[in-house]
Amino acid sequence: MSATDIPEASTDPRSDSHSLERSAKRFGDTFFRGLSTGSGVLILLILAAVAAFLVGLAIPALLADPETFQFSRGQSFWKYVAPYAFGTMWSAILAMIMAVPVAVGIALYLTHYAPKRISSTFGYIIDLLAAVPSVVFGLWGIAVLAPAMRPLFLWLNEHFSWIPLFAGQVSGTGRTIFTASVVLAVMILPIITAISREVFLQTPKLHEEASLALGATRWEMIRQAVIPFGMPGIISACMLGLGRALGETMAVAMVLSGSGIISFKLLTSQNPNTIAANIAQSFPEAHDIGRNQLIATGLVLFIITLAVNMTARWIINRRKEFSGAN
Amino acid sequence: MSTTMTSPKRTGSTTPDLLTAGQLPKFTGLAALVVSIAVAAGLLALLQSANVTSVVAVGALLFLLSMFILSTAVEGVRKAKDRLAKYVVTGFFLVALAPLISVIWGTIANGMARFDGVFFTWSMRNVLGEGGGAIHAIWGTLIITGIATLISVPIGLLTAIYLVEYSNNGKLGASIRFFVDVMTGIPSIVAGLFAYTIFSMIFGAGHKSGISGAVALSILMIPTVVRSTEEMLRIVPNELREASYALGVPKWRTILKVVLPTSIAGIITGVVLAIARVIGETAPLLVTASITSSMNLDPSQHPMATLPVFVYNQYMYAPGIDTAAYHARAWAGALTLILIVMGLNAIGRFIAWKFAPKAGR
Repeated sequence: MSATDIPEASTDPRSDSHSLERSAKRFGDTFFRGLSTGSGVLILLILAAVAAFLVGLAIPALLADPETFQFSRGQSFWKYVAPYAFGTMWSAILAMIMAVPVAVGIALYLTHYAPKRISSTFGYIIDLLAAVPSVVFGLWGIAVLAPAMRPLFLWLNEHFSWIPLFAGQVSGTGRTIFTASVVLAVMILPIITAISREVFLQTPKLHEEASLALGATRWEMIRQAVIPFGMPGIISACMLGLGRALGETMAVAMVLSGSGIISFKLLTSQNPNTIAANIAQSFPEAHDIGRNQLIATGLVLFIITLAVNMTARWIINRRKEFSGAN
Repeated sequence: MSTTMTSPKRTGSTTPDLLTAGQLPKFTGLAALVVSIAVAAGLLALLQSANVTSVVAVGALLFLLSMFILSTAVEGVRKAKDRLAKYVVTGFFLVALAPLISVIWGTIANGMARFDGVFFTWSMRNVLGEGGGAIHAIWGTLIITGIATLISVPIGLLTAIYLVEYSNNGKLGASIRFFVDVMTGIPSIVAGLFAYTIFSMIFGAGHKSGISGAVALSILMIPTVVRSTEEMLRIVPNELREASYALGVPKWRTILKVVLPTSIAGIITGVVLAIARVIGETAPLLVTASITSSMNLDPSQHPMATLPVFVYNQYMYAPGIDTAAYHARAWAGALTLILIVMGLNAIGRFIAWKFAPKAGR
């Protein structure tokens, strides 16, 4: 491209070729602009295609005669998917109950209590936890965690069986929805920690110092300055963690030997399964309408996670507008 | 966090130092911890239910309780709450470390048994029981992840360029950004189902191939690449772009010759971390590339084994006899997978650290 060497105002006799090169320059710009815009649009199309294909292949399962179903013959599709949707929600909620306080606690520790060196090292280690593949977590859950959880289950069952959650016959393997939720909690912990940590670091220093200057203890300062400022961030971090927990497949599929039931009992071997795990477990043997059924349950999962994620993003974006930091 | 008083220091008085008065001495925390653990161990031994977990749990509760009472008595309730918060938060941190150590230790301890030459040279073809390896799965993982990278990086890179350089904060840019964020939340199994349905529509029901797995992984990888690249492009100083425009360089050449080279290290880091993220994905490959026991280097047809699916398959579908051999292979596969992921993370962070851009915004 020697066009740039030629001064714009030159009275070049070869003005024809000059304008040609100018138009070539324009063409490069237009082409590149089109290319990058195109890939942006392509992403939108892919997302639309994901939705469209799922809907297209789910419809046969919604319209078909329940008598022809491969899974849970004779029941309507909604009856089939309900226990799995319940299991998905239930395991995710349990995981959130365990993960959120711990994750926010770690984020607070790393930002406001730990010495700087520990803070950056362990921040990195927590990030590594996020990189461990889910199948490894599943393996760990089934082979290491489940046997280790069993004594706790027996103890809970012995002393607290009057609480319906802990009632029933304790599972012999420890592979219950409780164990699966612990694995899920460990998996979403790094996500919630990482986002909360970033939000806590953004707390305006002046707010913190003002609080301390008025004689607040560190904990009071955190409650007065850090938490109120970071609340929307914590909420959206939790929503993103929830989205991950809802969609997680392998850890649940490996740990849980679930079935299509609705049960709140945490310790028995009768466990509800999740949508994602059910797809992974049933897909190899599914055929014809059975595949449509599974894809339809996948669509239900897609809609649930989409709603959760969009809410989270909406909260984050709304926060950007009125937050004082940058 | 001690309050710093600036009052003149009193010297030669027989009264206790005012600076430290009303505070617990520094060793109190440690002493209370040791005593609490000892008391817990003693009590539980009397009840004949002492083990490491219960002693630690009861000891920690005793410690929190005793410190709260002590601190309330000496330092007042506000200080006591501050201490309680500090201990609880630190405790949460330690609790979170436990599973990490357990995962890493469990994988190494169980995986070393079969982490040998045979594992990296044999496939599972005609192997029953002992022996056999995962070379077919390792090749499958490399091929599928490689194709996924080839699909995702151009799309992700160009989209990020559009968002930063061309969108001018317009409606299209905003919606692309929003839906890229939404896309990061797509459950991996749904991405797998999507790829499966597309390929079975084109090539007939039940189509299994490496390329369909790569498409599924791309859907998971593109948003990560877009986000990280976008962040990197944004920190390229505007002065560089303006200097280039001032020399009469067209925009597209400015992007290719100025913006991208400046941020290339960060972009590569982002891509490596994105690869690390998808290389361990199991669910989408389970429904698309499926599993086979033989080597298959052709991604266009036939099932293709991958390392994560190999791990899942070896552990969950182990036959009744020689179960231990299958489980050992699964653990060795998990160890390999963790090493790959950690290695990729280390490479990514090394590049980021080595070539970190020095210029700010």
